[in-house]
Amino acid sequence: MAGTALQRRLIWRTAEVQDLVDETPRVRSLVLEVPDWPGHVPGQHVDVRLTAEDGYQAQRSYSIASSPTGERVTLTVERLEDGEVSPYLAAELRVGDRLELRGPVGGYFVWDVSLGGPLLLVAGGSGICPLMAMLRLRHAAGSAVPTRLLYSSRSLEDVIYRDELDRMAADGTGLEVIHTLTRSVPQAWAGLHRRIDAAMLSAAAWPPADQPLSFICGPTPLVESAAESLVHLGHEPTRIKTERFGPTGG
Amino acid sequence: MTEQALRLDGNAAAGLLREVFVHELTDARGACAGCGAVGAMGAQHLYMSPRSPGAVLRCSACESVLMVVVHAGGRFRLGLQGLMWLEMRDAAART
Repeated sequence: MAGTALQRRLIWRTAEVQDLVDETPRVRSLVLEVPDWPGHVPGQHVDVRLTAEDGYQAQRSYSIASSPTGERVTLTVERLEDGEVSPYLAAELRVGDRLELRGPVGGYFVWDVSLGGPLLLVAGGSGICPLMAMLRLRHAAGSAVPTRLLYSSRSLEDVIYRDELDRMAADGTGLEVIHTLTRSVPQAWAGLHRRIDAAMLSAAAWPPADQPLSFICGPTPLVESAAESLVHLGHEPTRIKTERFGPTGG
Repeated sequence: MTEQALRLDGNAAAGLLREVFVHELTDARGACAGCGAVGAMGAQHLYMSPRSPGAVLRCSACESVLMVVVHAGGRFRLGLQGLMWLEMRDAAART
């Protein structure tokens, strides 16, 4: 965990927005320049703090979506209609604006190339974000760790990072991306069209004898049922890592 | 709202716990005083909402309270009666 090892006290830093990328109609990536960024490990997150003119503060956690091999830090934010922070980050924020953040934090739901695989990544919606940091590092580092991503989205338009995932899956290093759409599907859709379930996981998961490492991130019900299914399939519980989304994370 | 919908992983409290502990706490292991289960703090069940003044960490095996952290009135208060022990990696040590 180089880069985080020597960071002792957590301090708030002022990041500047360098770029904004609309990933889907409801999801935007913020590309940030963070002074003295100590580096991160894929899976770690940052706390973002907003302060209103009257001094009121609101704070939320966002997973880092970028590879630690890059200079900048990317956060991908889904706009939740009744959210307090995400509507500002995903719609109001402009290039050149500043925000306060601290981190990286988290040392449990993390993957580094040295941890190897095979890897099973399971994502629901914007649960893809920390897993994308892992995939981007895997790609940047030229790793050939056998990796499968099972990714559930509402519709094809809601698939975050779709083109980049397609490109990474075509690079011949052994990444397989399996999409499932839970609501609307395009007319010619030949893929999966239901919520992630035990049968889907059974087909996507590596044999337990290969001692795979699994990371599951998404809404709490998806995470809990997927983790339970993997345990039933014979996967070692300590090699299944989960990150649940709260209902009030916006 | 159901209890399941409110449940998070200990991971989500990483920032709050780093305000109190010098070391990263989500990969620290602890033993539940209720059932004896040993696991990483990041893998335990967390109940914390953005407007609440703190967080409750419960054992993922038996749901006993492991740790309560409250940040209010310019103080942090820690309740640790649910943990028999807590073991963290010394980030400064060479391994």
